[in-house]
Amino acid sequence: MNTPIRRLAVVIFAMFTALLMASTWIQFVQADDLRERADNRRTLMDTYSRDRGAILVNGTAVARSEPTNDELRWLRVYDTPSRYAHITGYYSFIYGAGAGLERTTNSLLAGTDDSLFYQRLADVITGRPATGTNLELTIDPAVQQAAVDALGDRRGAAVALDPSTGAILAMVSRPAYDPNALSSHNLAAVEQAYAELADDPERPLINRAIGGDLYPPGSVFKLVTAAAALESEDYEPDTELVGPLTYTLPGTSTELPNFQGAACDPEGRPTLAVSIQVSCNTSFAWLAGELGADALREQAEDFGFGQTLETPLPVTPSSYPAELDEPQLALTGIGQHDVRVTPLQVAMMAAGIANDGVVMTPYLIETLRGADLEVVDQTSPRTLSRAVSQSTAQELTEMMTMVVQRGSGQLAQVPGVEVAGKTGTAEFGSQGGAHAWFTGFAPADDPQIAVAVIVESASDNWVGETGGVVAAPVARAMLQAGVDR
Amino acid sequence: MQVRSGRTIELLLLLLAVGIVALAYANVNLAAVDRLPEDAWWHVAGFGGLALVLHLVLRWRARYADPLMLPIATLLNGLGLVMIHRIDLVSAPGGTTNVADRQLLWTGLSVVIAAVVLILVRDHRVLRRYTYIAMAAAFVLLLLPMVPGLGVEEYGARLWIRLGPFSFQPGEVAKIGLAIFFAGYLVSTRDALSLVGRRILGLQLPRGRDLGPILVAWLLSMLILVLQRDLGASLLYFGLFVAMLYVATERTSWIVIGLSLFVGGALLAWQLFTHVQSRVMLWLDPFAAGQSDQVAKGLMGLAHGGIFGTGLGEGYPYLTYFANSDYIIGSFGEELGLVGLFAILLLYALLAERGLRTAIGAREGFGKLLAVGLSFTLALQIFVIVGGITRVIPLTGLTTPFLSAGGSSLLANWIIVALLLRISDHARRPVSERRQNESRQNESRQNESRQARTAEQEVPQ
Repeated sequence: MNTPIRRLAVVIFAMFTALLMASTWIQFVQADDLRERADNRRTLMDTYSRDRGAILVNGTAVARSEPTNDELRWLRVYDTPSRYAHITGYYSFIYGAGAGLERTTNSLLAGTDDSLFYQRLADVITGRPATGTNLELTIDPAVQQAAVDALGDRRGAAVALDPSTGAILAMVSRPAYDPNALSSHNLAAVEQAYAELADDPERPLINRAIGGDLYPPGSVFKLVTAAAALESEDYEPDTELVGPLTYTLPGTSTELPNFQGAACDPEGRPTLAVSIQVSCNTSFAWLAGELGADALREQAEDFGFGQTLETPLPVTPSSYPAELDEPQLALTGIGQHDVRVTPLQVAMMAAGIANDGVVMTPYLIETLRGADLEVVDQTSPRTLSRAVSQSTAQELTEMMTMVVQRGSGQLAQVPGVEVAGKTGTAEFGSQGGAHAWFTGFAPADDPQIAVAVIVESASDNWVGETGGVVAAPVARAMLQAGVDR
Repeated sequence: MQVRSGRTIELLLLLLAVGIVALAYANVNLAAVDRLPEDAWWHVAGFGGLALVLHLVLRWRARYADPLMLPIATLLNGLGLVMIHRIDLVSAPGGTTNVADRQLLWTGLSVVIAAVVLILVRDHRVLRRYTYIAMAAAFVLLLLPMVPGLGVEEYGARLWIRLGPFSFQPGEVAKIGLAIFFAGYLVSTRDALSLVGRRILGLQLPRGRDLGPILVAWLLSMLILVLQRDLGASLLYFGLFVAMLYVATERTSWIVIGLSLFVGGALLAWQLFTHVQSRVMLWLDPFAAGQSDQVAKGLMGLAHGGIFGTGLGEGYPYLTYFANSDYIIGSFGEELGLVGLFAILLLYALLAERGLRTAIGAREGFGKLLAVGLSFTLALQIFVIVGGITRVIPLTGLTTPFLSAGGSSLLANWIIVALLLRISDHARRPVSERRQNESRQNESRQNESRQARTAEQEVPQ
């Protein structure tokens, strides 16, 4: 009976070999695929039970991880939730690292980024538990706070930049939401909160400052048109333009009026400077036709239109339309038709003018810091483009100071500081509704801060508020906080 | 010539095994709750003491028994306790560790019963006297869960009996009775089965009336499959029978007939039963929607462990169902990784190998067949449950010997090890001592001495 026993031993050997091969296949060959499966709760829980880096503003955490006793060992906490919601985003067990920096810099915060390889290696050697990187933001809490307070309950967005570096000093989008509701470990409550946010017609989850549906810029785009005119060297600030009471769009019988039917100047021949100061529609529509679509488009692109920016939050590119007929071209000159912008892009226009014509790449992260807050990496400012010459920038600045001193933006005045600005009232849709814009910088002779503010129209047919009335005061509050910093 | 008994080596290996278990126990507690349990010393001392008791019984009653089996069983049993305790810690953080406590009690009971078996059964050939009683007992045990009021159905299978607070899976113990019956029956009838019959297509076909037993075994397996909905057990019993039949008769034709019958039965079952179909679907695509995600979760657990594992207490084995019973190998695969899984599988392979070595060394047919049967069930059971988890075959619910939470399984496997130890003692005993022993025992065994001598003559020396 020994021969069959030996053969049986071979069978048993084969059975165990099959088990060893199968487990090798699962745990070695297939392991990565299995780990990356979306329905793999283990991978998810692993991610959520690591000490995630904090997001800091001026040394204070606006997003941090707090140890808990439950299965997910860390709870993500946002101490000033609505003020920074759109910057931080949320970190939810159910919905993942959603939106904001939580999403775009997930690998840094989680400590898994490739750039942290040597640090992780050091952690392994020294036996320190792996921790995420802390992000110190460029945000100035005073400017951010001013924007939040000034916007109040209104829908809209506000952005502030340091013109000389591109550092983002404030980024606010309203309405906001509470990221704590999504990062809670009470998963049923999280699901309900998310459903409410997703169904909210006001769409609070969208960061209106850099994403979502873009806005028509309206009259703030006249800065681009004016810049293109000055850059062409055919125009000076005191060059007289054609600016009648109404302007018949070329090739049509459509009459384009000025805002509230006002005349730009008694003779219908306002200068370029006056056209900016009173935000003359007819003269800019005419000017657009004179300059041509290509000149406007190139000028817009020099300010950053069409660029995919990563601040590192992804910024939807602003656009100047590709195909235009003559009446449409005239409308783009005043920021209507299909010109679409983000508030950040508008702030970049003001910042470029403030910075002697050089647009800096906007950025949100000042430094990366390790677990003990030592600086791991520091962002160095980078030039995005030269938008206009220094002299053009100077001329535009002078025109913009007049807007605030005696033009449409007087509510943006800051006592003791010379403010440069431009108002806008951008029509959208077919019902005649209009959003209120303001962009500008201060102090005009030594710019510390450039801002862009949009206050959305209360409804589709609401034209009661202009940029000079509702957006300029918001900008004023931000500029005030910015020059005092 | 001085023959080594191997008892000293056994003691050293036993200390090593208990040491590993103690370290693993400490490791789990420190990882999960940052401290050692207050009664940790008592647990470890109690567990080590049990192993030591069995070691002393072996010194006393089975000096030449195989020195590897006890340390392997101890290590596996201890690791099982640690993992069950680890799952307990999650189920009741900081609270009681119910399942592990019960398992430790069962370990004590099982080891004591194994010691009793070694003390009472001084020669395994005695068991041959109980061939048909063993069969009857096995049948009764198998049918117990079907008794109304006694048997309970859990997770769609009727395998348990419940008496007050105790639940027991009689099928686990029944397989020992079946192995004894098959060994006794086949030793008596092997000549008729292997020599008589016609040759067709190179296969020695048995006579119709000799075919009877295999048909009975097949029917029995199918009955279990139908009535108790237990694929794993039916596969186990049938595999046990075919393997023993093959070893007894040395005829390949039995394997061919056996496998054909099993495949036929399996195909029929697939046609008739939806639960068989769903198991197969689950095997082919564990991630398909609308079915149990047990296999999928187990696979993700194994993948999470990777090569080196997450470390004891650092993974999420409890995310898979039955993490401390049917899926305990998955739990080990997650926390100890491929390396740990290999180590555990090699321990089992080594145990099965020692069993087969015992069978080869045994000097008479009954001992050979019994040792083969017991070792092969052990190996087959590992293959069926681990193969189910690693998708070699469809998943069936079976316990993992020594590791899984469950008293009946622990008891059955300790008895199996006791019997293997007993047979190995007989097989490894030097001739001189065996003669002395024989003459000493002859008086008490007058009734069976004739049988025993015939059996011994069969063995090629």
